[in-house]
Amino acid sequence: MLGSITVLVLCQLAGEAIVRLFGLPLPGPVAGMVILFLGLLIRGRVPKSLDRVTRGILGNLGLLFVPASVGVMVQTDILVAEAVPIGVAVLVSTLLTMLVSGLTMQLLDRKARKDQP
Amino acid sequence: MSFDPRAAWDAIISSPMFGLALTLLVYQGAVWLFERCGRRPAINPVLVTMIVIIAVLSVSGVTYQTYFDSAKMVHLLLGPATVALAVPLYRQLPSLIRSWPAVLVTAVAGSAMALISVVVSARLLGASPAVQLSLAPKSVTTPIAMGISERIGGIPSLTAVLVVLTGVAGAMFGTWVLNLARVRSPSARGLAFGISAHAIGTTRAFQEGETQGAYAGLAIGLAGIVTAILTPLLIGWLTHI
Repeated sequence: MLGSITVLVLCQLAGEAIVRLFGLPLPGPVAGMVILFLGLLIRGRVPKSLDRVTRGILGNLGLLFVPASVGVMVQTDILVAEAVPIGVAVLVSTLLTMLVSGLTMQLLDRKARKDQP
Repeated sequence: MSFDPRAAWDAIISSPMFGLALTLLVYQGAVWLFERCGRRPAINPVLVTMIVIIAVLSVSGVTYQTYFDSAKMVHLLLGPATVALAVPLYRQLPSLIRSWPAVLVTAVAGSAMALISVVVSARLLGASPAVQLSLAPKSVTTPIAMGISERIGGIPSLTAVLVVLTGVAGAMFGTWVLNLARVRSPSARGLAFGISAHAIGTTRAFQEGETQGAYAGLAIGLAGIVTAILTPLLIGWLTHI
C-alpha cells in the first residue's frame, strides 16, 4: 500500500518537473497522470495494491473537494455581488456542456458501430 | 482537578486536528444521509458538508485560514488523486481503442463548449473580468482548474469554489438533462458527466452504472488535458471580442 502511494506521489512530482522543464501548458498532476498511464501500458496490468489504493482514493473523491469548497466563506463578497451572472453562467454552461458531450458521443459511437462489418 | 467544559471546548477548536476531524466526520455523516435519502442528487454530500462546516466555523469563531491549515492534508491528496485517474483510464483501454476517435472528438467539443459558454454568458450578464477568468476552467477537476486559473490571471481560490458549484449542478441535473435529450448510450452519458462536472459528476455517473462511471472517470483526465491546452489559447479572444 505504501509503495503504491509513493508511486502516485512520485508520478506527480515527475509531472511537475517535466511541465517546468519543457514549459508545457499543463498542471503537474495531469502530466503525472499521463506518466502513470504510460507506466501501466509498459507494465501491461494494474498491480493489485495500486488498484486497491486508487479505488480507495477515487471512491472518496468528494471528500478531497471539501477544504477548498469551504473557501466559499471568504469569497462571499464577490459571490454575493455577482451571484446572478455566476449562478446563471455555471448552470447554463454545465447543462449545455452535458448536452453537447452526450449527444456528440452518442452520435459518433452509433455511427462507428454501424460502419463496422 | 477541576471541571471546565469551556477550556475543553477551546482545546478542541484550537487543536491542529480540529479541521481534519471536522472534515472527516461531517463528510461521512453527509454520505450516510445521502444513502439514507435514496441517493437523491439534491442531497449532494460535498454541498451538505460545505454548509455544515461553514456553520460550525461561524459559530465557533474559527477562521477559514485556521480550518484550511488543519484540513490541508485532505486538500493535498487532490494531486495524487488526479494521477490515480490513470488507472480507470487504463482499465477502459479495450473500449478506448475501439472508440478513441469518438471519445477524443467528444472531449474537445464538450470542453470547448464548457469554456466558451461559461465565459460568454458570464460576460453578457455583466460579470467582472476576474470572475470571467476564474469561471473559465470551472468544468475540470480542482487541481487542474486552479492551475489554469492561476495561469490566465483568475482567482484560484474562487475557481475552487466555482468548480464545486459546477460539479453539484451537474450531479443534480445531469440525469434529467440527459434523459430529456434522449442520450441512452452508457458511454455517452458517462462522458457527459465527466466532461461537464468532473469528479462530483463522476460520483453520480457511477450510481447510474459501472460503464457510465468508468467513462466519466476517463473524461475527467481527458477534459482536464484538453481544457488546460484550450483555455490559454482561447481566453484572450473570448474576453475581448
